[in-house]
Parts: sequence; structure tokens; C-alpha cells
Amino acid sequence: MRDKIYGQLGDRVFTAGLVLLGLAVMLIAGLMAWELGAGGWEAFRSFGFWGFVRGSAWNAVAEQFGAWPFLLGTLITSAAALALAFLPALAAAIAVAEYAPRWLAEAVAYLIDLLAALPSVVYGLWGIFVLVPLVRDHLEQPLFLWSAEHAPALMGVLGPPTGIGMLSAVLVLALMIVPYASSLARDAIRLVPRAQREAMYALGATRWEVVRRVVLPYARGGIFAGVILALARAIGETMAVTMLIGNSGQLPYSVFGPAATMASVIANEFAEAEGGLQLSSLLAVGFLLMLLSLAVNLVADFILRRMSVGEGRK
Amino acid sequence: MKRFLPLALALLAAAALAKGVTLSGAGATFPYPLYAKYFSVYHKLTGVRVNYQSIGSGGGIRQLFSGTVHFGASDAPLADAKLAEFERKFGTAVVHVPTALGAVVPIYNLPGVREPVRFSGPVLADIFLGKIRKWNDPALAALNPGVKLPPLPITVVRRSDGSGTTYIWTEYLAKVSPEWKEKVGAGKSVAWPTGLGGKGNEGVAGLVRQTPGAIGYAELVYAVQNKIAYGAVQNRAGRFVRADLASLRAAAELDDFPADARVSLTDTPAAEGYPIASFTWILVYRDLDKNRAVKSAAEAKALAELLDWIVHDGQHYNEALHYAALPEVAVHATEANLKALRYRGEPLLGE
Amino acid sequence: MNLRRRYLRDRLMVALVYLGTLLVLLPLLFILGYVFVKGIGALNWDFFTKPPAPPGEPGGGMLPAIVGTFVIDLMALAMGGLLGLGGGVLMAEYPEHPLNRPLRLVANVLGGIPAILMGLFAFVFVVVPMGGFSAFSGSVALAILMIPIIMRATEEVLRILPWELREAGLALGLPRWRVTLSLILPAAKGGIVTGLLLALARAAGEAAPLLFTAFGNPFISFDPLGPMDSLPLKIYVYAISPYEEWIRQAWGAALLLALLLMVTNFLARRALRRS
Repeated sequence: MRDKIYGQLGDRVFTAGLVLLGLAVMLIAGLMAWELGAGGWEAFRSFGFWGFVRGSAWNAVAEQFGAWPFLLGTLITSAAALALAFLPALAAAIAVAEYAPRWLAEAVAYLIDLLAALPSVVYGLWGIFVLVPLVRDHLEQPLFLWSAEHAPALMGVLGPPTGIGMLSAVLVLALMIVPYASSLARDAIRLVPRAQREAMYALGATRWEVVRRVVLPYARGGIFAGVILALARAIGETMAVTMLIGNSGQLPYSVFGPAATMASVIANEFAEAEGGLQLSSLLAVGFLLMLLSLAVNLVADFILRRMSVGEGRK
Repeated sequence: MKRFLPLALALLAAAALAKGVTLSGAGATFPYPLYAKYFSVYHKLTGVRVNYQSIGSGGGIRQLFSGTVHFGASDAPLADAKLAEFERKFGTAVVHVPTALGAVVPIYNLPGVREPVRFSGPVLADIFLGKIRKWNDPALAALNPGVKLPPLPITVVRRSDGSGTTYIWTEYLAKVSPEWKEKVGAGKSVAWPTGLGGKGNEGVAGLVRQTPGAIGYAELVYAVQNKIAYGAVQNRAGRFVRADLASLRAAAELDDFPADARVSLTDTPAAEGYPIASFTWILVYRDLDKNRAVKSAAEAKALAELLDWIVHDGQHYNEALHYAALPEVAVHATEANLKALRYRGEPLLGE
Repeated sequence: MNLRRRYLRDRLMVALVYLGTLLVLLPLLFILGYVFVKGIGALNWDFFTKPPAPPGEPGGGMLPAIVGTFVIDLMALAMGGLLGLGGGVLMAEYPEHPLNRPLRLVANVLGGIPAILMGLFAFVFVVVPMGGFSAFSGSVALAILMIPIIMRATEEVLRILPWELREAGLALGLPRWRVTLSLILPAAKGGIVTGLLLALARAAGEAAPLLFTAFGNPFISFDPLGPMDSLPLKIYVYAISPYEEWIRQAWGAALLLALLLMVTNFLARRALRRS
């Protein structure tokens, strides 16, 4: 059988070419994992794997490195951004897929896709010059002053009201993942078969009841998977976060305060690190970042398979 | 696809044709405005293109070690251990070529305060340790009689990358504050107890400019060019000195200049000297053929000539950008060092 | 009564859903509008024709970055396109091939890896061995970013084509490779071009993988083995700087980049609709 399929010389050459290209792709992925793992080896060996993961010092003078502040920074900022982005993104997806008249739905969908294509540095630029002053003057400072007067205990939780810090980074991240999460949710909702809806309408259901009882349950696998993929996007997001988060290697301790993420610390320090253990630690952070992204993507994959009602496409 | 390939090939061909010498360097952001000026002028004079990327002194040193650039630049001279490591690894020495004298100044953003704020070394250390948290703190008020300091919280801004400017700053703070020396120490990247991180002198100045109540440190030119307020610092003689060309020159009045050009100027004893001043250096391999980035004798020669130009004619551009020109002793020492530059054993500069 | 409450709730939810949509669109439209208004003022003849001026001096432009963006991205598209197309064709046209399962897994994995790690990869495997920062190393990083996108898009379009098309070709006695090259790929041209353009648009906006690879260059350069500038990189460097003039030009570059990406996206959609 195989001989028949690949028998001819031309076919053999052609498939060999394709296989070569495929192997090249796999080689790249393998080398990437190897490079980060091997590069980070020195750091893992010096501090122990868990010692490095849970270590909270990042000190080039004392040569002490730990990824915990950046791991926490990544997890907190991306989870918070997702929490902010989830409902609006879902609402936009429902509006486009269920409620809006065709022309409006198309226009909105087009706009959302357009905004998903805006590069990270542009969000960062806008963040520095528009969002940060806005957040500082109209959100952080009033809140800070209020807490100074009425709830001094809160001040430590809020942190310095400088505009540059976690809050701004979270807000920009949320804005950045909304279009992505929304278009994934929209695709999931569009896969719900028409007959399901029509059956509900025939029973006299209102539009909301159809959405609530049929569309959302049917599409929940796709929606959740979309949400998790949006989370993965937020975890790997680099430039806008680097420009806004304040780049502090301390544990993220407050809402307004500076922090750093795994991606931002690599962007900040990799070209500059002088070598040795610091460099290895940065590669180790990259290795952890890769593991985290992989885990999140695998979860999304798993959910998509387990929670889908029936088969979506074909 | 098919349409792009010929285009890519055409570009490659164009690249092969347009062959002038291109040198690449990386490192310190402290002298970046000056270097950008040098290289822009030098391109017009000679056609040699110098691509300098200001990624921080730590990066400059590492790129020099990995042989990805023709020259590195740093505001912190290499430590003895690092020099020994270099010699072991490459079988040649690193030549420090001083190019200018600069000042690291405390820059701040205090709306409504006109007079330059006065600082002392210990007070600066306490601010950067996070111990002084408000602008109207008694310690600051005592140094600034008659200045109405607002009750604004202090936002510390410092570097997020490995930096020679940080080295100069922390070396000074470690000299004047035992607590700083013990808790943080001096280095190109330290574990900051507090504050926001900005990338490069540019990033720190950018953050300070954007944030009311912020204090940071940057080279003088960044403050002057961007009209950011900067303070006076009390020197060892007890005077409050603002950085300018005169106080820089005073800090650099050295009786003898070490042959390898590695010298620290912070906390100068000179009465009129600004206490946080430093030379900034370009670093090159003495045997340029040992640097993998130097791919031909022509490139090596172009590099040597560039350095020669910088320490002589180039010095005329320093003062317009608020860096002081090299003192005579430094130029002499450097001339000797430049004559030692070789490519495959051949010296690169004539008489 | 009950019915009225149900209708009321229905109305309320409609309102909430549209409110949510507005919440999504308004800030994003605001960003877009802001970039447009701020950027349009910075776009002038110098912006497109001059190299950057030394910091603190007025004037200068973005020409090296504009040229560099095109060179780096097109080289990346050539490399990423080749690998992505190859993988996609293999997965769609040879579904029985043993390489497919691991390849699909790897494509998914690559698609989920943050772009900055592509930059680290290119630094370790291209910059260091070749002894210098280069446009080529930046292209490698961006190409890796493109591969999974192109691969997935190619596979999807090819899968949609009816098997009868292939059978018709085989019935004419054509070998399989001829069927793929002369029947399948031309039939799927629109979709494939869409995939390529979308991958291009995604990669062209990235600055993170270029930080340690393309590196930047104030001179116009066509040399793929030397450092080169690029618009996203320039926007980053200028945005965090204290210089008025630079910040002004960062807005201009942001607008230009956004427009380029929009045009690419628009072309991608048109290619899809045509096929």
C-alpha cells in the first residue's frame, strides 16, 4: 500500500521535500526548548528547580536569582486582565453573533478584528501618554487620598499612585486581549446549529432565553477554550507590559505599585545582562515562561475536546 | 511568494554593491547623545557608518565579550577579575578609550518648585533606600531652607537594565552611606529596595518627566535637553555643587592619569568639583583580529581611526552637549594606548 | 405577569449585551482615533525620507526603520512561508503520513510560545554563531512566529477542497505531487495568500523578537547580515525616551505601522473572498 502511494520517483522526491520541511519545523521547536533548558541549567543547578521558581530575590550584585516575583507578576496581571476582559468580550461576541442586524454585526466584527491587529508597542505608546496620566490623576490619586483619610490600612495595598504599575499594565492587557477573546467566542457561538435555536423559539422562548439556555451551554467549550487562549496571549505579552508595569524585581505587593512579568524581565535585561549566572537565570525564566504557556495551551486544548457538546466543525 | 523572492535577491545584490565600512557598537546610554552626534558628523566626514545602540553598559560589555560588536561602551571600567577573564579567553587585552567626562545628576519632577533642590549624599541614599518618602521630609527641608517643598510622596525612578550610570550613582552612594554600601552595594545592576525601573538613561528621564513627585538619576545632557529639573549635590568639601562644565573639570583635575585609563572620579576632594562625575569609555580588543565582529583589516583600521578622531577632533563636540572634553593627561595616555591597537600584529595607526 | 417579566429581562439583557459591546469598542476606537490624530501631524516629507537626527536635534525621520521593516518582514515571510506551506501541505495532503501527528503537536506548541522567546532563540542560534546582530536573525525570529499560523491556515484551506478534485487528477494519471502542485495549490491560492498575509501582519507588529536580533540602525541598510532598524523597535525606543521630537515621531510611526497592518489585513480578507 505504502509503495503505491509513494511509489513514483517524483512523489518520493516531493514527499521527501515536505518531510524535510516538517522536520525543520520540529527541529526548531526542539532546539528552542533545549536552548532555554540548557541555558537555564546553571541557574536551576545553583538554586535548585523549586528554589529558583520560589526564590524571591533578583540581585545581580549578590548573584541571587529567583523567578517568583516575575511568575507572580505574570499570573496576577494576566488573570486580572482576563477577569476584566471576559464579560465585555462575551457581550460583544453575543451581540455580533446573535443580536445585531447583519450590517452592524459585520461592521463590529470587522472593527474588532482590526483592533486585534494593532501591535503591542502601539498599545504601549498610548498607555504611556494617555492611559497612565488618566489613571494616575483620576483613579489612583483620588483613591489614594481617600484612603489616606478614611482607611489608612488600605494605603499599603493600594501602593504608590504613580500611574506606572500593575493597574495600568492590567488595563492595557485587558484592552489588548478583548478583541482576541471576543473573536474566539464569536466563532464558538456561530458554530451552534441553527436548528437548536429555532426549536427554542418555537417553544416561545425570548431571545435571551435562547442565548442563556441553548447558545451559551452549547458553545461553552469553545468559549472557555477561547478565554484560556486569551490568557495565554496575556501571559506572553511583552512590549506594552514592559512599557507600563514599572519593572520592579520585588514581589508584586500592591495594586498601583510597580512589578515585572517574566516576559518583561527578559525584554529588559537580556541584551544588557553581563553574563554568567544572571544570563542563565534569564534563560531559566524563559524556560518557565515556555512551560507556563504550554500548560495553558494544553488546558485550552483539553477543554475544547472535553466540553464541546457534539462536534463543531465536520 | 514567487513575487517576493526576486525582490529579496535584488536587495541582497544591492547590499553587496553598497559597501562602505560599517562599524557597530553597543553599550552605555550615558554618552549616547554625544556618540550619536560624533557618528553623525563622522559619517558626513568620512562615509564610515557607525551604528551605535544604547543598550546599557552591562550589555556593551557582554556584546564585546561575545564578539557581536566592533566596540563596547561603558561608564564603568572593567574590574580586574573581568580583565583577567578577558585575557584568558581571548589572549588579548581590553583597551579603555575615554571619550568624555559626564555628570550623573539627580533629576526630579516637582511642579511649582523653581529653585534647584539641594541634596547631600546620605539624603540621596536614604531616598533611594526608601527611607525618605516625602518631599517635605525634615532631612530635605533642612538642606533647602527657604524652598517650599510640597508634601508629595517621592517616587524613585531607577534603571531596569545593567547600567554604567547606575554604577557611577551606586558607587557614589556606597562611598557616602555605610548603610547603602551594606544593603545594596555598588554595581551596574543592583537589587533596588524601591522604585520604578526605566530602560536606559532615556527611560529614566522619560519616566521622571511623566511622573510628578519622581526622582531619578541621569546624565546631565538628558536633563538639560529635556528641561528636566536637576539638583545640586553637596560634595566632600561641604559645598552644594550643580553639575556644569566647570564643576566637571574641577572633579577631573588629576595629577596623574593611570596608563590603562581606569579611574574613578566620584566623591572628589576638589572644593569646586561635582561629586558624581565620571569618564565614559569605549572598549575595544587590543588585537582587533581576536574580535569575531571585526571581519577585515579595513574594518580594524576604520575603527582605530575613528577612536583617534574621537579623542582629538571629536572633543570639540563635547561641550555643546554638556560633557566636558578630556583633560590633556587623559588624551596623552590614550594616544599611547591607541598606537598599541593591532590587527594580525600590524599596528593600525601611524605616527 | 410572568411573561412580562420574561420580556423585561430580555430587554434588559439586550441592553447589557450592547453596553458590553460598547465597552469593548469605545476604548479601542479611542486608541485608534488618538493614534490617528497624534500620528498624522508627525507624518511629513522628512519622516519618510530622512534618517534619524542625533537626540535633542530637531528633524530627522524614519526612513531606515521603514526600509528595515520591509526587508526584515519579507525575508521572514520567505522563510516562514516555505516551512509553513511545506508543513501545511504535508498535513493536509498526506493525512496518513506518520510525521503528521508530532508535526501538528509541534505546530500547536510553537503557536502558543510567546514571541519574545523566538527572539531568544534567534539570539542564541543566529546572532552568536554569526558573530553579530543582523536583520537576518530578526527575520528568523519572525519566521518562527509565522510558521504555525501559515501551517494551520494552509492545512485548513486544503482540507476544504473536495476529495473529488484530487481523484479527478489522479484519474487522469497525474502523480500525486503533480496533483498537489498543479491542482490543489492553485485551487486554494486565495486561502493560502490569506494565511500568508495574516501571518505577515501578525509578525510585522512585533517588537519583542527584534530586541536582541535586528537591534536597530540609524543608517539605511539593505545588508541582511548587518543590524537593521524596524518600525516597532523604533516606536518602543522613542516612546520610552524623554525627547519631545522622538515621542512625536513615535506617534507617526505608530500610525504608519497601524495603517500598513490594516492594509495587509484588508488584502488578506479580499484574497479570501475572491477564492
